[in-house]
Amino acid sequence: MEIGIAASIDPSGERSVIFAGDYLNKLSGESIEHECRRSLAVGCKEIIVNFSRTEIVNSIGISILLGLIDTAANNGATVVFSDMNENTIELFDMLGLTKHVTIA
Amino acid sequence: MEHDHKLIHAFGALAELGQQITNKNSFQETIRTSLHLLSGALGIMRGAVSRYSRYAHELNMLAVRGLGDDFPLSLVLTEEDERQFLANGLNPIAIAQAKVLPFFQVYDVSFECRRLELFVPLVVRDEIVGALFLGEKATGEPYSHYEKEIVCAMGRHIGVAITQRNLMAEIERRAEENRQLFDEMRSTYHDTVKAFAAAIDCKDKYTEGHSVRVGKFSKIIACEMGWASEEAEGAAVAGYLHDVGKLTVERKIINAPYRINAKESAELNKHPAVGYEILLPIHHPFADVPLAAKYHHERLDGRGYPDGLVDREIPYIAKIVNLADSFDAMTTDRPYKARRPAKDVVDDLHRNSGSQFAPELVSALLNGVLKELTGEVRDRRFRRLLGRDYMEADGIVDKLRNTLNEMAPTTPMTYVAAVAPGDIPIH
Repeated sequence: MEIGIAASIDPSGERSVIFAGDYLNKLSGESIEHECRRSLAVGCKEIIVNFSRTEIVNSIGISILLGLIDTAANNGATVVFSDMNENTIELFDMLGLTKHVTIA
Repeated sequence: MEHDHKLIHAFGALAELGQQITNKNSFQETIRTSLHLLSGALGIMRGAVSRYSRYAHELNMLAVRGLGDDFPLSLVLTEEDERQFLANGLNPIAIAQAKVLPFFQVYDVSFECRRLELFVPLVVRDEIVGALFLGEKATGEPYSHYEKEIVCAMGRHIGVAITQRNLMAEIERRAEENRQLFDEMRSTYHDTVKAFAAAIDCKDKYTEGHSVRVGKFSKIIACEMGWASEEAEGAAVAGYLHDVGKLTVERKIINAPYRINAKESAELNKHPAVGYEILLPIHHPFADVPLAAKYHHERLDGRGYPDGLVDREIPYIAKIVNLADSFDAMTTDRPYKARRPAKDVVDDLHRNSGSQFAPELVSALLNGVLKELTGEVRDRRFRRLLGRDYMEADGIVDKLRNTLNEMAPTTPMTYVAAVAPGDIPIH
């Protein structure tokens, strides 16, 4: 199944950009989680999750993002959520995710 | 407005949780996903789902999120804790306000440093089946009343999933217990049957081991006929017990070192019917055992005893035991007669096939011997029972091959053939 996740680490190795797919559910969420762990393992200090393609985020997706925020914090890294649509911002605001990340 | 959005989001998670629990995922996966759904529904930073072991009085973690590697995976409950949690039912307990209970005193540090806020005993049908541990919300706000309701609703689903799993595990455990009991009973039954066979054979000093051998030959024939192992085992039991009626026959008749007279013969010939009477009240796992005892001296041509049955009137198991019995009589020394050479035995079986013996059974028996002698099977069943020298007589393999070729049946069913000369005496 095509889940539309893409990730890249910049040449400095400090920053990682992960593109979430159009539907952030368990399957795609676990891929994002995997990419995040991979980035942290190589020493990234900033994890950028790009939601430009994301239309829907379900509860499992939220839970996985919360886990990602927690893992990043435990590794001394910050998380940036970028290019979210209005609905996604509203959802993340409502559930408090935006309190723990930088919005770009 | 935001409240409505939260409700819609939480109900979506609740609906998905219902689906998760009824689908065919593994239990571990279901619980892990349930914890995700609960966390994602309310934006809970960390938490865990545990299952309660009422034998060990422990809450054992099934899924954990964000609590760190040093969070205890097993938490012990006291009787007081159990009582209070049962009385509380499936309602969230604010950990900060419940420190009077031993459970929260013992694990206070673990709960506090992970900022766990709610503990939810999963009580299903008045039993604790597990518990939820829920940390702070991402908003940093306390849990509202409606959020606690959502936690209860989702907790109920998770509790049911754990209960179902427990029931399945209990069913599996009992099935395994039953299997073991059945195996033990079967083993006891077989030991008893063998002991009986040994007791029967003890009475006859000239035919020592006869019943045991007939049991083994019967099993070999059944196996060669393609019977399932359970059924072949039944044939063995029928063979072991076929002469049980001889227990009531006077020892001097059984051990007579001469051909017995008519009166003695009549006494001896009662043993099939007596054996049937002995075996009938016993609840055998193999239904035909008493019939084998009663009819193992019947012949296809109707000249057997006790009832003079013909071919298809004779229970099949009795035909097998009849052949095994005769084969053993021919291949072992008797007080009045030395055993027949192997090639003569083959001839006799061939000659009496269709009149005394079912042809397909004779073929099966001879085929079993041939396969052993040609090495087609590694098992040395016949050599062990009859001796290597006897079984490896000159020309026996060719004899068997020729006989089997001549016997190729036109039909797999037994039939009544014309009475052949040279009927084989059976003792």
